[in-house]
Amino acid sequence: MAKYISKRILLAIVSLWIITLITFFAMNAIPGGPFNKEKATDPAVIQQLEARYNLDKPLGEQYRLYMKNLLHGDWGISTKSGRPIWNDMIEKFSVSAGLGLRAAVIAIIFGIILGAIAALNRNKLPDRLIIFFTTLGTAMPSFVLATLLLLVFCLKLGLFPVFSSENPNYTLPVIALAVYPMAYITRLTKTSMLDALNQDYIRTARAKGVSRTKVIFVHALRNALIPVITYVGPMVAYILTGSMVVENIFTIGGLGSTFVTSISTRDYPTIMAVTIFLAMLMVVANLLTDIVYKLVDPRIKLD
Amino acid sequence: MADSKYVLEVNDLHTSFFTDSGEVKAVNGINFKLEPGKTLGIVGESGSGKSVTAYSIMQILAQTGRITSGEVLYKGEDITKYSEKEMQKFRGSKCSIIFQDPMTSLNPVFTVGYQLEEAIMLHTNKNRAQARERAIELLKLVGVNDPEKRIHQYPHEHSGGMRQRDMIAMALACEPDILIADEPTTALDVTIQAQILELMQKLQKELGMAIIMVTHDLGVIASMCDEIMVMYGGRVCERGTADDIFYAPAHEYTKGLLRSIPRKENMNKKLVPIGGTPINLLNMPAGCAFCPRCDEAMKICLTEVPEEIRVGDTHLASCWMNVKEAFENSKEA
Ligand SMILES: Nc1ncnc2c1ncn2[C@@H]1O[C@H](COP(=O)(O)OP(=O)(O)OP(=O)(O)O)[C@@H](O)[C@H]1O
Ligand code: SF4
Ligand SMILES: [Mg+2]
Repeated sequence: MAKYISKRILLAIVSLWIITLITFFAMNAIPGGPFNKEKATDPAVIQQLEARYNLDKPLGEQYRLYMKNLLHGDWGISTKSGRPIWNDMIEKFSVSAGLGLRAAVIAIIFGIILGAIAALNRNKLPDRLIIFFTTLGTAMPSFVLATLLLLVFCLKLGLFPVFSSENPNYTLPVIALAVYPMAYITRLTKTSMLDALNQDYIRTARAKGVSRTKVIFVHALRNALIPVITYVGPMVAYILTGSMVVENIFTIGGLGSTFVTSISTRDYPTIMAVTIFLAMLMVVANLLTDIVYKLVDPRIKLD
Repeated sequence: MADSKYVLEVNDLHTSFFTDSGEVKAVNGINFKLEPGKTLGIVGESGSGKSVTAYSIMQILAQTGRITSGEVLYKGEDITKYSEKEMQKFRGSKCSIIFQDPMTSLNPVFTVGYQLEEAIMLHTNKNRAQARERAIELLKLVGVNDPEKRIHQYPHEHSGGMRQRDMIAMALACEPDILIADEPTTALDVTIQAQILELMQKLQKELGMAIIMVTHDLGVIASMCDEIMVMYGGRVCERGTADDIFYAPAHEYTKGLLRSIPRKENMNKKLVPIGGTPINLLNMPAGCAFCPRCDEAMKICLTEVPEEIRVGDTHLASCWMNVKEAFENSKEA
């Protein structure tokens, strides 16, 4: 296990390095730069600014300098705000993650419960209802759902205030974020639960005299969760980093919207920082998924 | 209720599956009696209702399956009337079952020890540590080497033969009165097959339980059965001792079955599989279930279900041929 983890970490470092390389040169290949504004700025000022951010140096040299600073824990300074990126990024991330964590927990808990209910009531009313709503939930794009929620509950019914930093109400954005993964987990759980309930070892458990509840929640569910875990791991990482769509519609200043803004303003250091940060999160999430997977399914060999 | 001489008695058992395409009548009036410590063999080709009979006794049928009529008496008490709670107490403690495929019959995500301990703790007051001791004892009993180590392993770390031993250990955890073995050796190598059957006979002697041995291979079990019951289409065709069935088969289906397996008697003859296709349980023939495939079928076979007739001291068969012969014999006399 320890050997496996160290191997994975090594691999992760290599992939992170490749990601920095690709991102750095790709973003520089796009025409324009941080200080190419429509309105004419004094060339002297631009020159001064570019010197400050090392933009006057050759690309290779710029990359070398960036990586050197990064390895020393310096994530750079935003060309837009002129402030150090790390603190701002963590602050935005905590907003997105707070939102995402709530959504993920709701999606996992309700997804598994609803999936189990659907499986145990196959072809009966609860199953039909659940399948109807999960089909809807997986088919509706998040921008449609978020807009609908905002329109109906905030603007028409006035049940929730429009999100603002002074008056943060997470309910609607959390719902908008949770619906898709919840619907997906529900369907996944249902399928794998039905599959598990048909297995020979379930018959064995019943034949031993195990109670119906224990057969379902110990013998079947444990097996049924194996495929769910593979989905949940990356889903959590994805949802924690914030959805630009949902954040933009509810005007929440999270990491998702930071990322979008940084691209449109060619804020090179911020683009780099956010990309690397997100990639790191993904790597950690995948590693954790593998470890949990191994804990739940002893047949898996990690090597 | 009065204590019975029999540990298990099945009376006119009917079991059906209610599927989208209709009622599948898998078991259509099975009767048998089992004395303590004896072995009953049930044979029949695939789909004849052997497993459904076994699962009906344990009430572990698939969701769509239901006993539609008949009785299952355990020591004289009808367990088809039991509540689910009472059945849970019955399963695993009074009657256990082992299955055909040991590779899939154990839960892959729990250790063998956990699954054994669960079986023990369900029916005794033992705590986990005591259950563990008993589990090790059981594994020793069924001939698993190094049980202290094996108990911590997951099923996939055990070979097929060892898993069937694990299953037997689990089935015997509470020393049941009845052990049902549903084709316990079909999925195993020939050498392992013999070992497992030997083990079962040894354990039967030591623990004194009755065994119901389900198989589609007559040859394998003949020597260990006190009585053999031949099934076709969810009905009993013929029953008797191994000698009765082997040397004086009195049902056309049994005769066909014997022609299709290698034995001393037909060593020099070609093996003849039974022609035709197994019956459609959605639409049972009105008369003898075997009629569409029977070379000797008569008019009456088409319309009347043959009655079970005694053809020897220990030997009964449900085939109209016996009636015809009896009639002809009486004419000659
Ligand atoms: N869950 C089910 N739903 C519908 N029909 C079923 C179900 N289980 C069994 N049957 C039907 O019941 C009949 C008897 O099946 P059973 O499993 O008892 O056969 P078997 O004698 O044990 O054969 P095998 O040697 O293949 O194990 C089969 O024809 C099958 O189609
Ligand atoms: S009863 Fe008739 S059809 Fe059935 S096995 Fe006997 S002879 Fe054949
Ligand atoms: Mg079977």
